[in-house]
Amino acid sequence: MGRKTLVLSDAIQQRTGDHFSVHNARMVFAGNTVLHNVSLNFRRGEVHAIIGENGAGKSTLMKILGGYLIATQSQLTLAGSGVQFSSPKEAEKAGIVLVHQEILLAPHLTVAQNIFLGRELRRGVLVDDAKMNAETTVALAELGCMASPTERVENLSIANRQLVQIASALSGKHHFVIFDEPTATLTPVESEALFNVITRLKQQGCGVIYISHKLDEVKRISDRVSILRDGKLIGTHSTADLTPMQMANQMVGREMGELYPEKPERPDSAPALQVEDFSVPGFVRHASFSVAKSEILGFAGLIGAGRTELFEGILGLRMGKGRVLKNGEVVEFKSPRQAMDAGIAYVTEDRKGKGLLLASPLTHNLTLATAESFTAGLLMDTGREAKALDTAFEEFDIRAKSRKMNAGQLSGGNQQKLLLAKMMLLNPDVVVVDEPTRGVDIGAKKQIYEFISSLAKAGKAVVVISSEMPELIGLCHRIIVMRNGAIAGEVTGNNITENQIVMLATGTLKDAA
Amino acid sequence: MPSFDLKNIDIRGAAPFIALIALVLLGSFVHPNFLTFDNLIQNVATRTSFIAIIAIGATFVMSAGGLDLSVGSMAAFTAGVMLLFLKSQEANAGMGTIALAIGLAIAVGALCGLANGLIITVGNIEPFIVTLGTMVILRSLFTYLANGGSISISPALKDIYAPVYKGTLLGLPIPLLVVVAVAALGAVILYRTPFGRHVVAVGSNEDVARYSGISTNRIKLWSYIIQGLCVGMAITLYVPRLGSANSATGLYWELQAITAVVVGGTLLRGGAGRIWGTVAGAFFLEIIGNILTLSNVNVYLIGAVQGAIIIIAMLVQRGLRRT
Repeated sequence: MGRKTLVLSDAIQQRTGDHFSVHNARMVFAGNTVLHNVSLNFRRGEVHAIIGENGAGKSTLMKILGGYLIATQSQLTLAGSGVQFSSPKEAEKAGIVLVHQEILLAPHLTVAQNIFLGRELRRGVLVDDAKMNAETTVALAELGCMASPTERVENLSIANRQLVQIASALSGKHHFVIFDEPTATLTPVESEALFNVITRLKQQGCGVIYISHKLDEVKRISDRVSILRDGKLIGTHSTADLTPMQMANQMVGREMGELYPEKPERPDSAPALQVEDFSVPGFVRHASFSVAKSEILGFAGLIGAGRTELFEGILGLRMGKGRVLKNGEVVEFKSPRQAMDAGIAYVTEDRKGKGLLLASPLTHNLTLATAESFTAGLLMDTGREAKALDTAFEEFDIRAKSRKMNAGQLSGGNQQKLLLAKMMLLNPDVVVVDEPTRGVDIGAKKQIYEFISSLAKAGKAVVVISSEMPELIGLCHRIIVMRNGAIAGEVTGNNITENQIVMLATGTLKDAA
Repeated sequence: MPSFDLKNIDIRGAAPFIALIALVLLGSFVHPNFLTFDNLIQNVATRTSFIAIIAIGATFVMSAGGLDLSVGSMAAFTAGVMLLFLKSQEANAGMGTIALAIGLAIAVGALCGLANGLIITVGNIEPFIVTLGTMVILRSLFTYLANGGSISISPALKDIYAPVYKGTLLGLPIPLLVVVAVAALGAVILYRTPFGRHVVAVGSNEDVARYSGISTNRIKLWSYIIQGLCVGMAITLYVPRLGSANSATGLYWELQAITAVVVGGTLLRGGAGRIWGTVAGAFFLEIIGNILTLSNVNVYLIGAVQGAIIIIAMLVQRGLRRT
């Protein structure tokens, strides 16, 4: 009997030697169960994607795996034996590393200093900067990142910071690497470099756990996919067995239908906003374009191409020079307020940093740009504000446990909807939305697309700035592509392809032609 | 917030008041004279009035993410100008002269605040540095006006003005009533007007405010002007108390005001203003001093005890924030 057990456990040992599994993970926050007995098994040499809507429990689960959170109840097994991580350091010692979604770097230190933070290479008592810089260059090159190792992190673009963070996490020996939405801020080209790294990690026998909202990516790079919904595991499948649409349906638990609303005919109306020869010092050179009423105009380009800066320049949010016409009349906006008064609303890409006051109540956020119109005499009319919030909740399908919450307590998708609702109170006829679905789950994405489409149907001119090409192609009548601060070209019609956009965005079109 | 909803009492907002009540209870055990109308209302409340009013102004500045270190010197300078004006009018002294002097003090305070605000916004310089500079400038100007000593008005004129500080209305000292009135007005402005919303927005995240079409410079400028107005008002109560000002006038008031604001629950980094908390904070500080005096602690040590209690109050607040 004893002998038999031994043999059996040997066999299990062999089979599980390269496994990392979590059994019955349960997490309760302040009486709310956010994870219900989730069990998953990860293998080395495999890319295992975890998908789910915001709030499905993905990040919580990953934090438990990476040692950042201690579960209310869970059993972790690594290579056949039970493990417990009470800190990220312990997880790292066991060979498991979590690459964060948020950027956690010291802005005043250099790239190399960040990558080697806490485990600096030494020569005697002094740090060996030359060696660290050299190793950093190699590590970054593998990720397709050209940032200099001696550059301070604060001077890097968001995308490069993300790559530095990835490089930092990957330096060292790991058995399992967890990526939490690594491509959220990366452009297609940079994402491509990351995918190469992931493929190489996999070939080296490393297990990759990959969280993403981008189902096309999941389809492309993962071997297996697990779906979480409302803190429960819905299922684990071989990726080959599911289409992105089927994944989406499982995530939301119902048939999604088409992600993009039907595109209305491109209107033949007068231009609502014309921009001629507009320059923003240091960011944009001589950009000219126009957008018509009822038209959805896309702006594509790599991060740093100057798309956001162009519109910030036009709308008085930063210095800029050029001719701007609104409904045929020359206008000049010296402050954002003037642009708003002229009927142009800009919905920022940075909803947490520039869009919402995270520590303030929902009503205060909703009416912040239009506070003067919610007064009774000299004072704020809180009754009317509450009614406006009710309307916004209904119109934008904002979901919150309580209307007394602060904006920071909403999920990403609901924050984005609140931000849209806030800017729509300005009653604009030109709407510029910048990265409207960044970090937003697929259910909310679809609603935001429908809303953007309805704006155009209502006769408003709409500009969509986005790094997600499928989104631009699915929504827009016309797409302007920017590269290095200038307009590189325009694609139009019903047969826009990602390839056309990428070639314009990277400057390879001329070579191809 | 000013609403009283028993279901979700905001423990952080209530903390300064709970601390204040606890302190009053403590005081009543320490000395039989502590919990008397004469001590608590006539003495403590009246003496607290200057700092309380200045701290209400500081609540605006700090809610908008700013800082004003110059209020103590500003108070001295304003008092100096007001006293010199009164001296020059001693021949035809009357209620009209007093009214003019009060208007002058408030205007001088407002102008000082305007100067601070303009340098900070137009010059785009850190408020810490700017008000450190004006603190030194205004203190020097006062010393110059006082010719290195003190400025006093004649006893006759002082007697006409004194009731503003020593008088009572409905049995309550006038300074206390002024504090309540200024706080009520401040609370309405900060909590209930678009301007107040904008102040908090600028303090919690200037970018969000800017992207919401708020002129952040205008809001900051006004917060310093409000601070100046409050200093002016405080001085109109200070001058009738002694009828003179000297080098000790306004000394460390900036620190007391900032402490009152922070003890009251306003965040030092901006974004959440609590007017009534500030008033409670000002009383808290004064009552500590009062209790220590009543229990015969060496007066030279009162500052040290106050300082220690401030630090303890902050640790408690931080603990509350975590929960």
